[in-house]
Amino acid sequence: MAAAVEITPALPPARRVPDRFRTLSGAIAAIAPVILVVIIGILFQQAAPSIRHFGLGFLTGTNWNPVTENFGALPAIFGTVATSFVALTLAIPVGVAVAVVLAEQGQTTIRGIIGTGIELLAAIPSVVYGIWALYVLAPWSYAHIEVPISNRFGFIGLLSQPGVRSLFNASLVLAVMILPTLSAISREVIRAVPRGLKESAVALGATWWETTWRVILPSARAGIFGATILALGRALGETIAVTMVIGNSYEIPHSIFSPAYTLASVIANEFNEATGTLYPAALIELGLVLILVTFVVNLVALLLVRSISREATRAA
Amino acid sequence: MYLLTLLALIPLGLVLWFTLSKGLPPVLHVEFFTNSFRPVGVPGAGVAHAIVGTGILVGLASLMAIPIGIIGGVYVAEYAVDPWASWVRLASDVLVGTPSIAIGLFVYALAVVPVHHFSGIAGSVALAILMLPIVIRTTEGSVALIPNGLRESGLALGLPRWRVSLQLIVPAAAPGVITGALLAVARASGETAPLLFTSLGNTLFRVDPTNAIQALPLTVYQYALLPYKSLQDQAWGAALVLVVMVLGINLLSRWVLRRQIRLAGQL
Repeated sequence: MAAAVEITPALPPARRVPDRFRTLSGAIAAIAPVILVVIIGILFQQAAPSIRHFGLGFLTGTNWNPVTENFGALPAIFGTVATSFVALTLAIPVGVAVAVVLAEQGQTTIRGIIGTGIELLAAIPSVVYGIWALYVLAPWSYAHIEVPISNRFGFIGLLSQPGVRSLFNASLVLAVMILPTLSAISREVIRAVPRGLKESAVALGATWWETTWRVILPSARAGIFGATILALGRALGETIAVTMVIGNSYEIPHSIFSPAYTLASVIANEFNEATGTLYPAALIELGLVLILVTFVVNLVALLLVRSISREATRAA
Repeated sequence: MYLLTLLALIPLGLVLWFTLSKGLPPVLHVEFFTNSFRPVGVPGAGVAHAIVGTGILVGLASLMAIPIGIIGGVYVAEYAVDPWASWVRLASDVLVGTPSIAIGLFVYALAVVPVHHFSGIAGSVALAILMLPIVIRTTEGSVALIPNGLRESGLALGLPRWRVSLQLIVPAAAPGVITGALLAVARASGETAPLLFTSLGNTLFRVDPTNAIQALPLTVYQYALLPYKSLQDQAWGAALVLVVMVLGINLLSRWVLRRQIRLAGQL
């Protein structure tokens, strides 16, 4: 009689409306990560002839000779790192000061004006900085910074041989260009410093200067470091303005006042004229080096800044 | 501290002052806006081809980047718990920091090599890649500001999820979304590096995006490096037009954003 025992089937599971919007919009959003992966893939593929031909020696080679098809990236890597480093050295004090003023000090109107000014500084196109640097900044800096310094300290090789188009002048424009990144993010991390910390310092009788210098800046240290690295990422990849003033000399300079070259500038100047297979592949490999380095730099900075803002929300 | 802060604003003043004082004389001629390139020595040269070219390049790029970016941004904000959303967010942040010259190289391999010639389309693809992450992140930011009550009331009325997101949330977040789109447009209008190997530039007036097309930043870059006074003057003029355009868009976006903040306060 087993057939008579009809077991009522379990209730059908609650009808779940599939969220097609989630799938669809998720797929559209996927375009961003896909582009990222494809960029790296395509650049690897395009650089393949050069990667195969030169191997790791490409990174340490110092020649750049399209005629003999002998290419090495070291002078460009050096120029990129050196300009970014000098630019950061110039921009950090100013950028942090701006961030402190924006986060802590003064009347709202003044802060508003400074904030708007800094944001407009970020909005000006790179090529406008370039033409300004080429015709105004570089000649001025040559006459009023480079020549006086090298007259006095020229016996130090690093500060000799002043020139209008130089690594130093490229760094000077770069410093102006990364200032907004630096100060905007530093302002956020300084704002994230717990109020109690600042108030306790003031309650102990610390002056504004002591509070800023001994309490706020040390506790925002990691965040400011993150902002610096993010600015470094910008500086490494900046192309046009640097190309217009750096002087385009493919050798490791002996002085910061000498002409140099950066990865991005080499590509910008030479790619359209590159013929054959090895020459464009070598240029694309320069681009690959550049993009991989900025990826790493940006990732480190992002994770750092993100973990700090998460800590700040937990503390608040 | 104030002194250092002042030091930061000096370059802004100087850049604006020199662009204005050196760019104004060429801009004051009508021909500057109505004519295209003329060989050195021939009077009446202008940058009409570059202004129209920038319009075409940025317009096409906007058509690609803004819709995709808005939907992507809505996804990242509305389904923030999805692990995929955090990958998209991370990818956008990294993409924002990608050197624009590398994007130019990428698009060269993707859209110039296969068809064997430079084109405005390639240029606008490169600009769109630059714009996309900006639109995604700003859309996400403004959508996340919309209080949950609005979402819940929509869902309680039985609206499907996509209608809640696209017809309730996006309109409520519209000023912020528009701000992001405007900022992306401003950024794209000023970019030179990604156009060097994609759109290349052109001395002729061209509107067909399958041709190489001139753009304002390319004009500034190319003319500024040439040893002819008349072209250098035009470079300054083009720089002035560019700065007015970009700063104008920026100020407009700030105004829109202020309305968003007021609106969000009311919700």
